[in-house]
Amino acid sequence: MSAEPPLLDVKGLRVSFATEGGIVRAVDGVSFTLAAGDVLAVVGESGSGKSVTVMTLMGLTRSPNARFEGKAHYRGTELIGAPEDVLRRVRGAEIAMIFQDPMTSLNPVQRIASQIIEQIQEHEGLPDRQARARAVELLERVGLPRAEERADDYPFELSGGMRQRVMIALALSCNPSVLIADEPTTALDVTIQAQILQGIRELRDDTGAAVIIVTHDLGVVAEIADRIAVMYAGRVVEEGTVDQIFHDPQHPYTWGLLGSITRVDRPRLKRLPAIAGLPPSLADRPRGCHFRPRCPHEFAQCTTVPPLEARLPDQPEHRDRCWLAPAEKRGRREVAPGEIGLEAKEGATA
Amino acid sequence: MARFVVRRLFQMVLVMFAVSILTFLIFNVIPNGDPAERMAGRQPTEVQIEAIREEWGFDENIVVQYVTTMRKVFTGDLQSYFTQLPVGEEILRGLPRTLSLAIGAALLWMLVATCFGLYSAMKAGKFADRFLTIIALIGISMPVFWIGALMNYYLGFKAGIFPNGGYVELTRDPIDWAYHLILPWTALAILFIGFYSRLLRSNVLDTINEDYVRTARAKGLSERRIMVRHVLRNSMIPIVTLWGLDFGAVLGGGAILTETVFDLQGVGQYTADSIGLLDVPPVLAVTLLAAFFIVFLNAVVDIAYAYLDPRIRLQ
Amino acid sequence: MGTEPASTGQAFEAFEEEAKRERVHGVGPWRLGLRRLRRNRVALFFGFLFVLLVVLCLAAPLWANQVAGTGPNENHLTDTVVVDGEEKNVVALDGVPIGPTWQGEFFLGADRNGRDVMVRLLYGGRNSLLIGVTAALITTVLSIVLGLLAGFFRGWTDTAIRALLDVLWSFPVVILGVALGVALATGGLRLGPITIGGDSILIPILVIALVFIPYMARPVRGQVLSLREKEFVEAARAQGAGPLRIMFSEVLPNLASTILVFFTLLIANAILLEAALSFLGAGVRPPNPSWGTMIDEGVERIATAPHLTVVPGAMLLVTVLSINVFGDGVRDALDPRAKVRLEH
Repeated sequence: MSAEPPLLDVKGLRVSFATEGGIVRAVDGVSFTLAAGDVLAVVGESGSGKSVTVMTLMGLTRSPNARFEGKAHYRGTELIGAPEDVLRRVRGAEIAMIFQDPMTSLNPVQRIASQIIEQIQEHEGLPDRQARARAVELLERVGLPRAEERADDYPFELSGGMRQRVMIALALSCNPSVLIADEPTTALDVTIQAQILQGIRELRDDTGAAVIIVTHDLGVVAEIADRIAVMYAGRVVEEGTVDQIFHDPQHPYTWGLLGSITRVDRPRLKRLPAIAGLPPSLADRPRGCHFRPRCPHEFAQCTTVPPLEARLPDQPEHRDRCWLAPAEKRGRREVAPGEIGLEAKEGATA
Repeated sequence: MARFVVRRLFQMVLVMFAVSILTFLIFNVIPNGDPAERMAGRQPTEVQIEAIREEWGFDENIVVQYVTTMRKVFTGDLQSYFTQLPVGEEILRGLPRTLSLAIGAALLWMLVATCFGLYSAMKAGKFADRFLTIIALIGISMPVFWIGALMNYYLGFKAGIFPNGGYVELTRDPIDWAYHLILPWTALAILFIGFYSRLLRSNVLDTINEDYVRTARAKGLSERRIMVRHVLRNSMIPIVTLWGLDFGAVLGGGAILTETVFDLQGVGQYTADSIGLLDVPPVLAVTLLAAFFIVFLNAVVDIAYAYLDPRIRLQ
Repeated sequence: MGTEPASTGQAFEAFEEEAKRERVHGVGPWRLGLRRLRRNRVALFFGFLFVLLVVLCLAAPLWANQVAGTGPNENHLTDTVVVDGEEKNVVALDGVPIGPTWQGEFFLGADRNGRDVMVRLLYGGRNSLLIGVTAALITTVLSIVLGLLAGFFRGWTDTAIRALLDVLWSFPVVILGVALGVALATGGLRLGPITIGGDSILIPILVIALVFIPYMARPVRGQVLSLREKEFVEAARAQGAGPLRIMFSEVLPNLASTILVFFTLLIANAILLEAALSFLGAGVRPPNPSWGTMIDEGVERIATAPHLTVVPGAMLLVTVLSINVFGDGVRDALDPRAKVRLEH
């Protein structure tokens, strides 16, 4: 662990929405840190709160019936509850975001170069020619063929993969220290996916920016991440390095996630196991541990108190929220020799 | 773009043709009774009716009738049997007045509606928004001729702040021209301000939730820039279409009511007078011309839309 | 914006309590819409107001017989009426009719022919409302038929219907109404064996209904086109349902909310159009009263007897406003994107 203060320090972030169906607690006490050069993957299903978390960091959760608690320190500036002009200076220039669907995330009636130039000029006030030169250079760097000519195209004239690269170029245009990618490959073909991820990784290497990548796809995570935070129903249920999570997962939900993917290094399964049940309604969550109804290993304590965060003594960066003792976990997660999954086993103690 | 324009203009001609047929049917075929008698005016003699019948070809087949009617309208060979005045000339005389009314009102309503609509959207849900919505609803619930008459009476006649109706030529005295038109412009604009401000508000609220506006915000752009360059510009695109069409509708229809009330002696009032007399030829001519104008404007607006939204023209 | 904590804290908690009590379990969109509408007090008030006005106008004969003692077309040029103990001419010697007396007879005054304004207002309301609502109904039915046919069968049917709608739509509403009104005024209309006289109230009804058809048929058609592609229609087709069956059981219910919203708008505009046409002389023919004809007569004498203009116009305004506000409320209630307000 580096002695420097982290670039981004999120503590106890909570985001709730008042809706007709009740109070929806989309984010319920999320904490994590991010250091320069880190690649943190935030993993979870739809509705786990991962997108809301990162959007809130940039102040992009603007619903009038939203309520925020907690802190997010970025380089000494508090982001939660900060006034607009402070946030505006951070957005784009310090923390930049790549959104999920590049077709709808780019202004359809504005040329792509113009969209990049707009951001550059807002933060750096460069004259037109310089700004344009930088925009074209960025487009070249992200691999847009014939960048100079195509800079004046409209978004709909480009393919999905190229549009996403434009978004990456846009995000990098002011040399941000943190790059947030919200499901950057979900809307794209698998073939393009690898290229985009490679691009993100190269950029991290070149610029030293920290990256938060939000995804539900563990394949993406394995490809690119250093650390992983697994979210479920608004909480981080497990956090650790890629190795730790993939080889020594501590939380049953993580076991379920890992058990449900096909792995090249394991024999093919006849049926892909899925985690039984559905994620809880965020307005009406189960008492105690939120994952309890779907967890075959639940016991009495799980019903009463939400699990506190526990750190593994020999792995200080590895935390999780599960009442099971570490020795128990190691036993229960092996559903077959060498295979991790989420299934009830005969003879398991209640 | 050029191909699009040509295609659109061709469509326009087709529709105009269909419109002319429908107009013809409305006046000469659909109604019950003798068309010649209908046109002939008050207490016509048999001789007069027969003369009209021959002139318009009512005793011949329907195709000949159609051709004759169209020829008469477009060569200006059209005359009112009530007033004995040539229709074409009356229309031309009234046109500059009607245009003054329509263009002024259209610009006024667009300006005011944009401000109201945008402001309403920005303060959505708050008191200002609700208040403006009520005003807009009242605006679209009022008959334009009624509010016009009241304005003319109370503000013009009684209070004397504005002139009591009438029209002054633009070329003679621009200031007086505008002065006489302020009340008519306002009366005519009220309805449209109500409608368009709500439409714009709705479009803006939709656009604000679009993903690309979120991106714009993530870029750190100022709120004003986001509102104008991204939200407003994109919200206005569908409104431009409607505006063009409503302008045509005003020119063709709404003007009738306002002109009458303010005694502007434009094409609208001429039409209104003819309606009161049940005088067919002028109403026929105005109907046809109004519809043609709208079809034309429709095409122009579509072309403008294609220019503003590149997705349309490059399909 | 949106990041202030706790300033709405209390309202927030109270809201949560109420929401917990009203937990919604599997309620369909119509029930949900109805609940939302019930909470919208302003819309309900105006809806009630509209119903009140309708009832009032329907009770016109009651008023005429029991209170005013005169019919809508009876002239009282030479009569007198007692107001505050004083006897006054219904129509003064210089032709100026009496203003509102706020009594049973000539409650709102008289017009230039000595007719009771209040009585005419109520009878005129009957006409205006009848025409407006009936026309709106006819338009709605025809639009649904045309929209369904065009959207469902596509091909030539669609092209033909679309062409018809385009042509109708090219005429400004007032002009088309006026054209038809003028053309049909003298001889009336003959539909096969049925002849409708030029003075019949059916003429403005049909004219207005026709004029508004494209304004509803096009959106209906558009919705049918998009609904057609949805999976549940595919599923019905796979089950062997014929086109008619699909139209009625799958497509129509989903159109219902669009149609409902447009219907309220239609009534409002139909009433306004009738007023405009009658004002110009191409709608309701004299001496039959309608709010439009009353305003027409009133405007002539606005300098001396402003009440003749103000009264029918105000009535028109209130009626149409009520429909519009209520219709707005209906639209908000049915709109799934209805925004939550912390203050109800």
